[in-house]
Amino acid sequence: MSDTLAIARSQILAPVGLDDGHLERLVGALHSPAIDAADVYFQSSRLQSWVLEDGIIRDGTFNIEQGAGLRAIAGEKTGFAYSDELGFPALTQAAEAARAIAGAGSEGSVRTGTMPAVARLYQPLNPIESLDDSDKIALLQRVDEEARRADPRVKQVIANLVAVQDTILVIADDGRMSADVRPLIRLSVSVVVEADGRREQASSGGGARRDLSYFLEGDRALGFAREAVRQALVSLEAGPAPAGTMTVVLGAGWPGVLLHEAVGHGLEGDFNRKGTSAFAGRIGERVAAPGVTVVDDGTLPERRGSLSVDDEGTPTSCTTLIEDGVLSGYMQDRLNARLMGMSATGNGRRESYAHLPMPRMTNTYMLAGDKDPEEIIASVDNGLFAVNFGGGQVDITSGKFTFSASEAYLIENGKVGRPVKGATLVGNGPDVLTRVSMIGNDLRLDDGIGTCGKDGQSVPVGVGQPTLRVDGLTVGGTAG
Amino acid sequence: MPTLATADTAGRIAQLEQIIEDLLQEAKRRGASAAEAMVSNTAGLDVAVRLGEVETVEHTRDHGLGISVYFGHRKGSASTSDLSPGAVRDAVKQACSIATHTQEDRCAGLAPADLMATAVPDLDLSHPWDISVEEAVRLAIACEDAARGADPRILNSEGASFSTTSGLSVYGNSHGFVGGYPSTRHELSCAVVAKEGESMQRDYWWTTARAPEDLEPAVAVGRRAAERTVGRLNARRIGTCEVPVLFHADVATGLLRSFAGAISGGNLYRHTSFLLDKLGEPIFPSFVRIYEEPHRLRGLGSAPFDGDGVATAPKDLVTDGVLQTWLLDHYSACRLGLTTTGNAGGARNLSIALGSDNREAMIRRLDRGLLVTSLMGQGVKMITGDYSRGAAGFWVENGEIQYPVEEITIAGNLTDMFKGLVAVGNDYDFASSITTGSWLIDRMTVAGE
Repeated sequence: MSDTLAIARSQILAPVGLDDGHLERLVGALHSPAIDAADVYFQSSRLQSWVLEDGIIRDGTFNIEQGAGLRAIAGEKTGFAYSDELGFPALTQAAEAARAIAGAGSEGSVRTGTMPAVARLYQPLNPIESLDDSDKIALLQRVDEEARRADPRVKQVIANLVAVQDTILVIADDGRMSADVRPLIRLSVSVVVEADGRREQASSGGGARRDLSYFLEGDRALGFAREAVRQALVSLEAGPAPAGTMTVVLGAGWPGVLLHEAVGHGLEGDFNRKGTSAFAGRIGERVAAPGVTVVDDGTLPERRGSLSVDDEGTPTSCTTLIEDGVLSGYMQDRLNARLMGMSATGNGRRESYAHLPMPRMTNTYMLAGDKDPEEIIASVDNGLFAVNFGGGQVDITSGKFTFSASEAYLIENGKVGRPVKGATLVGNGPDVLTRVSMIGNDLRLDDGIGTCGKDGQSVPVGVGQPTLRVDGLTVGGTAG
Repeated sequence: MPTLATADTAGRIAQLEQIIEDLLQEAKRRGASAAEAMVSNTAGLDVAVRLGEVETVEHTRDHGLGISVYFGHRKGSASTSDLSPGAVRDAVKQACSIATHTQEDRCAGLAPADLMATAVPDLDLSHPWDISVEEAVRLAIACEDAARGADPRILNSEGASFSTTSGLSVYGNSHGFVGGYPSTRHELSCAVVAKEGESMQRDYWWTTARAPEDLEPAVAVGRRAAERTVGRLNARRIGTCEVPVLFHADVATGLLRSFAGAISGGNLYRHTSFLLDKLGEPIFPSFVRIYEEPHRLRGLGSAPFDGDGVATAPKDLVTDGVLQTWLLDHYSACRLGLTTTGNAGGARNLSIALGSDNREAMIRRLDRGLLVTSLMGQGVKMITGDYSRGAAGFWVENGEIQYPVEEITIAGNLTDMFKGLVAVGNDYDFASSITTGSWLIDRMTVAGE
């Protein structure tokens, strides 16, 4: 892993002439006897994006962002300042502003240490340079052609290819240095279909911490195009969704957004330390049906939600949140772990150097059960089979959450029936998983397009689950 | 002090204008036939307190630069947070390199030169607040204290936050247009948690303004946060039904946002709006007037020119219920064979003409149905107008609030909801770039138990 540290040094520190002596003085400037913890977070990020619309490459953009965030913590108090100028004087000024939180006092001194060994979950590559620009364009054009070829009712195709290289370097108050070079790619396809004056739109896509050849493997990119068209055509045939509380079968994969909203956010350390989560103080209690095990796993190789180390330099881990139906753990950053007397779990994440880290999810999913998905459908007399979703939202205090189905079917007498329009589903986080009555053997993770927002900060995440039967979710359609 | 501040501001704007000029020169040197750029720089202070103690003190300072270059009808863009001369040149180079791969798009380019704003009116948007960290903390604590002291059931808090930002932004393009202006924004918000029996609820309130003196008093913000939070305690579910729905004014802003989205150029030329082909047609009842006032003094959404450098101007979007205009930027206008409406960046200070009923009168008008005070999730499909969202609020019978409700959805279609608008209240009492009272919609499906 020391190569990531070398890359970070050469990308971020060397161009501005910062050496270990400077870093030691900066961390020292953040420190005083009243300070419990401090860190300096350097980031250098490159993003390239291409947009195809109406069959042509309409726009492309290249974004360069770099800066440093400096943080000093005293008890529950955090002082924070950041700078997009990386010169030593600007950083020293930021350190002084951040440290003011603890009042006056003598500066501390630290020595930078070596980086602890961490498992490498992805290559420290630059995905922007992993494919020639002309090949990226050709890829988008093939996606466009594939979508239009799939059905004559396709009237509009928008395809977007994004490649990011995000390099970070964190120096903690004990001198520990951690670095990470994070590739991230995403391809999304949105189509508009039209027939008999009715129009519908659907989108699909995927991504990973990989180089761009990922999209070429097994025609993966063209698969996204076909999937977007398939979903849009299903919508064209969809009737009104039912309204009311009913048995809902959730498909495998992306419908795992249920877990992200219903239990994930409520198990983030900050809300539990403050006692504002509906799950606060409930470790050891039953919050789900027997057989339900939910984890947050930042260590899956090359997944969108994975990180070798989090944004505080803590190696990520697989944290069991719910074990066989019983609440077993929270996701923690360093601040909340310390204040709660727990261990940091590698969930301290931030959108950028200009934001403070907080406990965030990585890849959150439910482990597989033993039921055949077809058996699950066959077990339902009347209900809804929801297979694709948009996003969701949760009120962590009341525990109420929503997530919006974009592709759903009625289940009638144990068989999948006619498609219905998208509808929002609502439930209560602390008890929805107690209503899980069947768990499929088909665990799947999503395709790598999820982004989670919290307190105005966005970070890439993953979700997953097997097919689930939930006895009693409220479906917000219009048909009585 | 005002003169000094102005002189300083003018100097800093001149600096940013110089960056734009250098950048446009560099684009030209690299062979671009046209270019446009936006440069901004903001600084501020964010303070958060919780349970009477400081939680975070953040000093913010952001720079940003975005450039688009055109080689005929081929476009390339770049952005960076680094305004140093080397980084600026690099951004231009990156944008030009992108433009070697994008394709001919007949609409790519600057808005016509004769549409550029000829003056940058002073909209009174800049009122910097040189507040100390200590004062900011005191203000936030006063706000949270008011909330915590308002009711014995307020037993916990997510805290109160104060933020102030002061920024400059300058836009310029190769027509020779360059314009910039300073703006400020100050905000105070508070979120508290109430408990009673098994029920735990959280809600919040906020105030935001261009000038410090226009903020609501800290104590008022705290009390309102407490009142909203306590009001949600012991919420129940209700049975699935079809009833009239009253959208509380602050959530009704979302309906106006959806309306503005549906008449925006991007959704029109892509055919992804449910209001396609509705220009000149009644889409609301005849009492409805919707308008924008981009030049409102101290307005949260005010701007003297749009993102294309085109002058903004007040206009009616809906008169007597009839759709009057689209919201277009230059690109979407060209795609539609129309002329820009000066709305690159969207509608500014969108308003619906207020009715005469206050909140209580609107609830009496509702008589029996659902008062929605909070919405969750996305659930608005722009291409069809299909609407389905998680909701919380109050059940109303005989024109009076009966009890709080939660874990329900409301669903319908925006086309029907707009046509089914029965009345708009005069209960606009919050800070937003969107002005509206509460909306009474004749019928929606409520899904519950």
